Amino acid sequence: MTRFIIRRLLQVIPTLAALSVLLFIWLRRLPGGPDAALLGERATPEARAAIRERLGLDEPILVQYGRYMKDLLRLDFGVSTQTQQPVIDEFLIRFPGTVELAFTALAIAVGVGIPVGYLAARRRGGWLDNLVVSGSMVGICTPVFFLAFVLKWVFGEQLGWLPTFGRQSPGINATHVTNFFVLDGLLTREWDAAWDAFLHLLLPAIAVASIPFAVIVRMTRASVLEVLNEDYVRTAEAKGLTDRTIRGRHVLRNALLPVVTAIGVLAGALLSGAVLTETVFAFNGIGRFVYLAIQNADYPVLMAFIMFIALTFVTINLLVDISYSIIDPRVRVH
Amino acid sequence: MATEPAQRTSPPGPIGRRRAERLDRLAELAATPPDERGESLTRETLRRLRRSPMAMVGASIVLIFVVIALIGPLLTPPPSWLPLPLYSPIENVGLEQIRPGQIPGPSGDHWLGLDHLGRDELSRMLYGARQTLLVGVVATLIGFTAGAVIGGVAGAAYGLGGRIGRWIDSILMRFIDLLLAMPPLLLAFSVAAVLGRSLTAVMIAVGVAATPIFARLLRGSMIAQANRDYVLAATSLGVRRPRIVLSHVFPNSLAPVIVQATLTLATAIIEAAGLSFLGLGNPDSRWPEWGTMLAQAQAQLAVQPMLAVYPAIAIIITALGFTLLGEAMREALDPKLRR
Repeated sequence: MTRFIIRRLLQVIPTLAALSVLLFIWLRRLPGGPDAALLGERATPEARAAIRERLGLDEPILVQYGRYMKDLLRLDFGVSTQTQQPVIDEFLIRFPGTVELAFTALAIAVGVGIPVGYLAARRRGGWLDNLVVSGSMVGICTPVFFLAFVLKWVFGEQLGWLPTFGRQSPGINATHVTNFFVLDGLLTREWDAAWDAFLHLLLPAIAVASIPFAVIVRMTRASVLEVLNEDYVRTAEAKGLTDRTIRGRHVLRNALLPVVTAIGVLAGALLSGAVLTETVFAFNGIGRFVYLAIQNADYPVLMAFIMFIALTFVTINLLVDISYSIIDPRVRVH
Repeated sequence: MATEPAQRTSPPGPIGRRRAERLDRLAELAATPPDERGESLTRETLRRLRRSPMAMVGASIVLIFVVIALIGPLLTPPPSWLPLPLYSPIENVGLEQIRPGQIPGPSGDHWLGLDHLGRDELSRMLYGARQTLLVGVVATLIGFTAGAVIGGVAGAAYGLGGRIGRWIDSILMRFIDLLLAMPPLLLAFSVAAVLGRSLTAVMIAVGVAATPIFARLLRGSMIAQANRDYVLAATSLGVRRPRIVLSHVFPNSLAPVIVQATLTLATAIIEAAGLSFLGLGNPDSRWPEWGTMLAQAQAQLAVQPMLAVYPAIAIIITALGFTLLGEAMREALDPKLRR
């Protein structure tokens, strides 16, 4: 087990090293170089020379790369040109928001997707089944941010049921400890703040949940259909077990195993969805920050984000792999 | 058996593994020998496509979309007779009708109303079809070409055998599987962010995101084909190995790649819309593109929500058309479903 983890960790290192070289080259290729990115394009040559010297851009390239790596290892991604704050600090404030959003979306996708997929499979060819099969295909073809528009317009602006702006109402008096706003409200016993933050999460989370939901419904349906054909289900029926026992003990439990193990795989859809949705709801997470960074050519933020996506996926992959190898020892052989 | 090692490499981490397994399955489909009647794979597949309602609906949508993209701008006022202008000469004909908080909806003169700058929305939609088709096709071609080069080299190196061949194959596939493990939208995003804001950047970015898919698929397909009788026949006739790989194995490996290209066109259109929405598309609004139009409609959502609905419906229907056609083609290729 330990050897498996060590081997997987060692595989990660060349990946990240290659990525760091690519990003380093990009950093040097920025319009006008990093000096112009900091000063703007109309800076005087003297000011540029001064900042080039201060940043050490006149030194040999290997020295520069070494320093860049040292900064990266200390999680120093430079200063955001939008906010003049260290990029890492900005990320630490906003990332909890994105995580909160992704987890709420995952909870919706799993909580609704598994029952719907199960019911569709039980009544194969029925109206729910047809709706699920065609609906999931339309769902996958719908741009996530358009769904976000629709939700915002219908439930926010026309019906006025739910808030559509930000992570928390501006008037609310909330203390932030972890920057997970719902958790903060629960920890500090500010129930109204927690509830308010939760309401702000709902609409964006439904939008983000759309594609994971479609995937989970299809997987559950296929998996239940497969299990329903198994011999042990027929045996259980022949033994005269009640429908309830067969469903609970034989069908559902076996059908859910592949679905549960696939949830980690949805991390990609969740993060992509969050990046696209946050902007629509002015939800102050990583996605909106990066959107603003594109608009304002905030290169240090963009670079940090790319590095950050890579790190996140390497980590998620590793965690899911380790959890697989605990569930199924055959994985370790590969 | 030569097919076994095609499944041997599996990407680092489960996210790419599921996508990789799906591609490997697709790669195997066309390598199953045709049935006893000896009908050609192409003819049999086409015959079954004609019987599939899913394929017919998908093909109709795709056909209508392509026709609109090609001749649509001829129908716009003022008509444009240039063969392929992407830049729309649509003037702000109704600028005086635009007031803060008011954008006119559909009328006799403007069937879909005006956009926020007083331009005819229907004309923009028709030009947008052209841009969307261009982005989808070019991005898919980029992904296909880059994937074909990498996957083809890996598959050929593997087929030519020897320690060096296997080594080249394994290095290339390590890299490809790594890309496969990234969520495609975020991969495209990273590339587009590096390249800057332009339509070309979006096409390259979406193409790069599709590259690992084509590479893995083509390599798997080539290795699966290497098992077929015609390869054995050519080998025993004394045809040289590079020639077998290039003129026998490669053309025969393309069927699953065509299926994947159809499916990739759908995702390319959706991903391009996403990148445009994030502000990575062409910032010049005189180049109407559905994704950009949808993104710009966000600012007008309270005034004229229909401006978001038109491009969104167009994107959904087009993507659905390519998805239906692609899925139907895959089913038609699947030997398990062959009747």
